[in-house]
Amino acid sequence: MSTGMKTPLGRVRGLGSAKSGTGDFWRQRVTGVALVPLTITFVLVVIYLAKASQATAIATLSRPLVAILMFLFIIAGIVHMRIGMQVIIEDYVHDEKWKIAAVMANTFFSLLVGACCTYALLKLNFGI
Amino acid sequence: MADRKVPARPLSPHLQIYRWPITMTMSILHRVTGGALYVGTMLLAWWLLAAAAGAKAFGLMQWFIGSPPGLLILFGYTWALMHHMLGGVRHFIWDLGHGLGPGDRDRLAQANLIGSVVLTLALWILGYWALGGTN
Repeated sequence: MSTGMKTPLGRVRGLGSAKSGTGDFWRQRVTGVALVPLTITFVLVVIYLAKASQATAIATLSRPLVAILMFLFIIAGIVHMRIGMQVIIEDYVHDEKWKIAAVMANTFFSLLVGACCTYALLKLNFGI
Repeated sequence: MADRKVPARPLSPHLQIYRWPITMTMSILHRVTGGALYVGTMLLAWWLLAAAAGAKAFGLMQWFIGSPPGLLILFGYTWALMHHMLGGVRHFIWDLGHGLGPGDRDRLAQANLIGSVVLTLALWILGYWALGGTN
């Protein structure tokens, strides 16, 4: 095997042509850990508001602690689901064009959901 | 060299040869519930947007979620959430290097499945109790 003039360290620096390595793997675990308590909080908030009026929903969702935890749930959730769905796409979609399109659509969908939730949270906290 | 016969080599046995282990089912379920939760985030977005939009929009959302198909979706969503959450914890245990032995991994898989059902039922009983029964 020809390795040219490169030293073993030089060959692995920068993680080759991919330029990145285990970033998504680690991010999936960090968001996963965060999502355990955030999911429990979210479920309890949903149960609390299951039959609430809109006024009660706004009053609850604009409590600082609830609003902040909901915001964190949304951010951690969309990052986690985007990586997860990308893994599924890469496993099943083998045609390069479709794969790129699907991975891109996945990012758009995740960001759209995140933007909708964040917009709604901001509006019901600070809007009219 | 060119006409040399390639010896018939044994092929590795494929999926149907193996006794189906519970860990395979759980692996699939983890992915399926993840996919379901992915689609289900639209419900969360709808819920928050409706709350921000006004009483009428929120009422429509509450009506849908309270209808039989809505309740079924919500129940399924609860189970998917609990199952995926516990499945995640199972993966963390594995990531730390524990529970990979033949007995342990099966027990973890069973605990995941039973735990998700128990948690789902507990949450719905809590909701039913906290909200004072049916409408």
